[in-house]
Amino acid sequence: MIRLVLRDITLAVRAGGGFGLGLAFFLVLAVLIPLGVGPRPEMLRAIAPGVLWVGALLACLLSLDRIFQTDFEDGSLDLLATAPIPMEGVVLSKAVAHWLTTGLPLTLAAPALGVMLNLAPGGYVWLTASLALGTPALSMIGAFAAGLTVSLKRGGLLLSLLVLPLYVPTLIYGAEAARRGAEGLPLGTPLALLAGITLGAWACLPFATAAVLRVNLR
Amino acid sequence: MGAMSLWEYANPRKFIATADRLIPVLAVLAGACLIGGLVWGFFFTPDDYRQGSTVKIFYLHVPAATMSIGAWLMMLVASLVWLIRRHHVSALAAKAAAPVGITFTLIALVTGAIWGQPMWGTWWAWDPRLTSFLIFFLFYLGYVALWQAIEDPDTAADLTSMLCLVGSVFAVLSRYASHFWNQGLHQGSSVFRVEAVTNPEAVETVAPIFYRPFVVCFVGMFLLFVALVLLRTRTEIYRRQLNALELRERMA
Repeated sequence: MIRLVLRDITLAVRAGGGFGLGLAFFLVLAVLIPLGVGPRPEMLRAIAPGVLWVGALLACLLSLDRIFQTDFEDGSLDLLATAPIPMEGVVLSKAVAHWLTTGLPLTLAAPALGVMLNLAPGGYVWLTASLALGTPALSMIGAFAAGLTVSLKRGGLLLSLLVLPLYVPTLIYGAEAARRGAEGLPLGTPLALLAGITLGAWACLPFATAAVLRVNLR
Repeated sequence: MGAMSLWEYANPRKFIATADRLIPVLAVLAGACLIGGLVWGFFFTPDDYRQGSTVKIFYLHVPAATMSIGAWLMMLVASLVWLIRRHHVSALAAKAAAPVGITFTLIALVTGAIWGQPMWGTWWAWDPRLTSFLIFFLFYLGYVALWQAIEDPDTAADLTSMLCLVGSVFAVLSRYASHFWNQGLHQGSSVFRVEAVTNPEAVETVAPIFYRPFVVCFVGMFLLFVALVLLRTRTEIYRRQLNALELRERMA
């Protein structure tokens, strides 16, 4: 499984898909928002946590179809299905690799973009913490939706339609935790609920994802 | 009881025979209840002392909203039956119920907006109930889009059933998340309440004069749902049989 994770990370880095594209998209979004809503610092300060969360979510969405699509097309997914590790293990490794190449860089880049959006000084720690807690859920939920649409020719748009409603609870708790952190309010509850969603998704969704992959490989 | 088992309707021919008999009866009953209930509610009940005549949209709004959740529950049960017992009629019934559910959700959202305009002074607010219903609508859209995107019928049934299962969990989570996110304008449930049963004196619910036509409307909406789902399921079965016939013709 570790070797599978390493293989996926290598592929993502060499193909320039995971790392670069998602981060660049995140940066472009953080530039576009002030251009769209105007550069007033107090306005930017108020919307910064939410904007950064939505940006991270959309950047994550961009690379979801790569989780299984390329392996499905060149047949390596069939080989992985017959490999000695169970399908659930394959799913877990793939989701971990996706998080390491997408969620983690986004989390680390978020404070830098927070500066551009005039995030409140106290908000940096909690923005990073909420993203670190929440982006793994985005990867796992995304892996499920990617598994559903893997055999479709043009599944990209459908994938976004399927995955965005599933992202709602993660986004609400994550952005709420970041906002409360920035405003110096107590934020234990949303942070705990966010962690609950992440843990629940990682505990249950590998089975659902493995099931839909088996259907698609039939 | 063995002869009357529910699983008999997994046989498409038996299902169609029963549906043929039930659909006209249910359709007439649904029409009678809805027309009767709405006319009763609109013209023969007094205006509310605070909300005036706008309150009467509730005869349409609440049954539609309840039935849109009921439709999803029916799809969930039908999906489980398909995943566990592989009855094709069950998968087709889930497929058939989705557009009906979408329509009910839309009716609830639109009537809610029309009601909200004079009451709250706005067509739309990011109130938790409104928000969770809008998200619910997105779940429906994704479900229907997935059905339409996949060509092989069994694969489509499997994948949409899994989506329905996982989606149900996330729909419930979204509902609580949006309640957490925002305390809203929408009044609490005025018809279905636990406290109303255990301690009827303590809570303010709808007065009996409004309640009776509401029940008629609700029954009408429910019958309409059953009739539409039966009709659409029958159409799906016919379509499946037609495909099989065409395929056989081409092979010959």
